[in-house]
Amino acid sequence: MTSDPDLAGLSGTVVHDETVPARAPWLHHIPAGQTLRIVDLEGNQAVDFLLYAAADDAERYSAQDTVSAQGNLFLRAGTVLLSNEGRPMMTIVGTSVEHHDTIGGACSCESNTLRYGHHTKAQHACVENFLEANLTEGRGKRDIVSNINFFMNVPVKEDGALGIVDGLSAPGLTVDLRAEMDVIVVVSNCPQINNPCNAFNPTPVRMIISA
Amino acid sequence: MTTTLANPMAARDHARAMAGTVVEAMPLLPPVADDLPAGVAAEDLLWEETIAAGGYATRRLPRGSRLRLIDLQGDACASVLIFNAEMPSERLNVADTVKVQWNAYLGEGKLLLSDMGRVLMSILQDDAATHDTFCGTSNAATNQAKYGEGRNSGAFPNGRDRLLLGSAKHGLHRRDVHPCVNLFKGTRIETDGTITPLIGPFSPGRTLVLRAEMDVLVVIANCPHVLDPREQWTVTPLRASAWRGSPASADDPVRTATPEGLRAFQNVEDYFRR
Repeated sequence: MTSDPDLAGLSGTVVHDETVPARAPWLHHIPAGQTLRIVDLEGNQAVDFLLYAAADDAERYSAQDTVSAQGNLFLRAGTVLLSNEGRPMMTIVGTSVEHHDTIGGACSCESNTLRYGHHTKAQHACVENFLEANLTEGRGKRDIVSNINFFMNVPVKEDGALGIVDGLSAPGLTVDLRAEMDVIVVVSNCPQINNPCNAFNPTPVRMIISA
Repeated sequence: MTTTLANPMAARDHARAMAGTVVEAMPLLPPVADDLPAGVAAEDLLWEETIAAGGYATRRLPRGSRLRLIDLQGDACASVLIFNAEMPSERLNVADTVKVQWNAYLGEGKLLLSDMGRVLMSILQDDAATHDTFCGTSNAATNQAKYGEGRNSGAFPNGRDRLLLGSAKHGLHRRDVHPCVNLFKGTRIETDGTITPLIGPFSPGRTLVLRAEMDVLVVIANCPHVLDPREQWTVTPLRASAWRGSPASADDPVRTATPEGLRAFQNVEDYFRR
């Protein structure tokens, strides 16, 4: 039994428990059957998330295949995260947040110049984190595809207007992901400070893996 | 026949006798078109090809050139990848395309942005208005589930495998087949996130004209949209034409329409400052 509220409802034995600092990358191999819980410790912290098949990293998370298969843009409890070859990689087995984003992509130094101006070019960004983490395993820029943004909210209006708005998350909210194959998880704990995705204040997140 | 063709010279004659055959889906070399816009000289035509239903095509296009796509019979679906031709690790980024422009839908004046903060191509004319940045394309598994098979070598090829072959013709690999946009087949997003496909069929002849804002590789697959609700694998030929043209001028209305877009053009101009 535990009094740690971040572990509530998580079955199995905790095999890994790590807090990712604000603004930092994180890479971890998770075998099929294990469950990753991401805890938004302080609330409204976007967690940019990519997945690769451990056996063949040219197979990776596909936002487009995932939303097509479920006929809906939002990721919710029950969403199966599909690869670019149509195979289940992970399933969102539970989440205390209404829905998560997979259309907003990751911030980059280069796209920041478009969105906010060239004065933001030198700021840290998610693509920098994705590159740093992937380069440790031989992957590179060609391996960065449309990602998931857990705890981020990107509504689409009737006329197509969309944007990153205030998050649906709050301190202590979680998402649980069960690995359906052996996967490599690559995360950027989003450092963006120019829009509401992190409430203008990037904060740490906790990664708990149970087997 | 068999006896005759056992002779290499007879086989040669047999092969050569095919010359001049005209079919619906083929490239025309040299390119010729009788419907170029006013002001476009015949000698500036770069590419003229009709892409088969279920087929694909790929082309390197220079900065400033125009790419015209025509949905000849109303049921084409152009799933498109775009790369920076001289550095293909730079490619279309659908997330940045919708996020930077604050809008989910493609149409006249919209930009197709790379992952490097630059505009790869822009949409100069669009009388279709049903396009899709979200759904991607079919793959072997989706076609298998829907049509019983989806192999390149079968009757119902899938979009991803077509894009793989097209990309491979430029030396690219599985990891290079990035999220695509679909032109001519569209989606509408409901407020609860539901994706409503807009599949038609539409009236014949709907036309798009894009401008290459960088030297680009385009790979186009023409397979049924992944959310096409019809039980039958249904798609019709797509015509592609391209001609030389000038890059956007300083006062080009597409270049100057939004502050974000203007900076994307400025980033392109900076890239070509050499």
